Amino acid sequence: MRNTGTLSVSTPTDLEIVMTRAFDAPRALVYEAFSKPELLRQWFGPRGWSLAVCEVDLRVGGGFRFVLRGPDGKEMGMRGTYLELAPPERSVHLESFDDYPGESHVTSLFVEKSGQTTLTVTVLYPSKQVRDAVIQSGMEHGAAESYDRLAELLMARV
Amino acid sequence: MQPNGYQLDATFAALADPTRRAILARLASGEATVTELAAPFAMSQPAISKHLRVLERAGLISRGRDAQRRPSRLVAQPLAAANEWLENYRQFWEGSFHRLDELLDEMKSKERR
Repeated sequence: MRNTGTLSVSTPTDLEIVMTRAFDAPRALVYEAFSKPELLRQWFGPRGWSLAVCEVDLRVGGGFRFVLRGPDGKEMGMRGTYLELAPPERSVHLESFDDYPGESHVTSLFVEKSGQTTLTVTVLYPSKQVRDAVIQSGMEHGAAESYDRLAELLMARV
Repeated sequence: MQPNGYQLDATFAALADPTRRAILARLASGEATVTELAAPFAMSQPAISKHLRVLERAGLISRGRDAQRRPSRLVAQPLAAANEWLENYRQFWEGSFHRLDELLDEMKSKERR
C-alpha cells in the first residue's frame, strides 16, 4: 500500500499556489519524468486529456511547448522558458497559457528521503485574475463540495 | 456553478489572514459575539470587529440584527466556491500524478534489470 498519493494544494497568498506530492521513487527518476517529452506524454494532463504536442528544449533559456487535447477535442496550449535547471533537485521556469494573458513563475523542488521524493511546486501568478482563469479553463469539474473537505481546508489554513 | 472570479478574490483575500481563518474555524461550530470571538486572541474587541468587517464584506459571515449582540455566523457558499476552485486544481494534478506513479514504478523496475 502506497502512502505517497496525497496531493496537497494551498494558497499561502493571493498570488501563489503551493502543491506538494510524494512519489515512491528516487528524485532522479521523478525529475526525469518531468523533463523528457517521451515520459511527459505518458502522464501529463488531467484524466481524459493527452499531450498532442510536447516539445522540450531542456537548457536554461530554452523552453517547452505543450498542447493538451481533451476528450471533446478541446485544446489547451501552454509554453514555458527555463530559468534555472539543477537536476535532480530544483528547476525554475516561466509558464504561460495561449488563451490567457500573463506569465507565471514556477519553482519545483525535489527532495528525496529514504527512496521517496517529495515534490513541492510553487506557482506565482502575475495577477489573481490570471490565477483564477487558468484554473477554470478546460479542467475537470469536481462537484465535491463536501463540508468535510471544507472543514479540512479551514483547519489546514488555521 | 462557476465560482465568480471577483468573489473568489474577496474570499481568498479574506482567508489570507490567520486571525480571520481562526475566527471562521470558530464560527464553523456555531454563531458567536465579538466578545466571545475576542476571548481566545490577544486582541482588542475593535481589532476583532475590524476583521469581522472584512469577513462580512467578503460575504463569508453574516451578522445578526440585534444591536447589542450582533452575533456572527458563517456563510458557507463562498467558502464552498473557494474550496471547489482548489478542488479543480487538485483534480487536474491528481489525475496526472496517478499516471506518473505508474510510470515511475515501470522506470524503477527497468533500472533494477
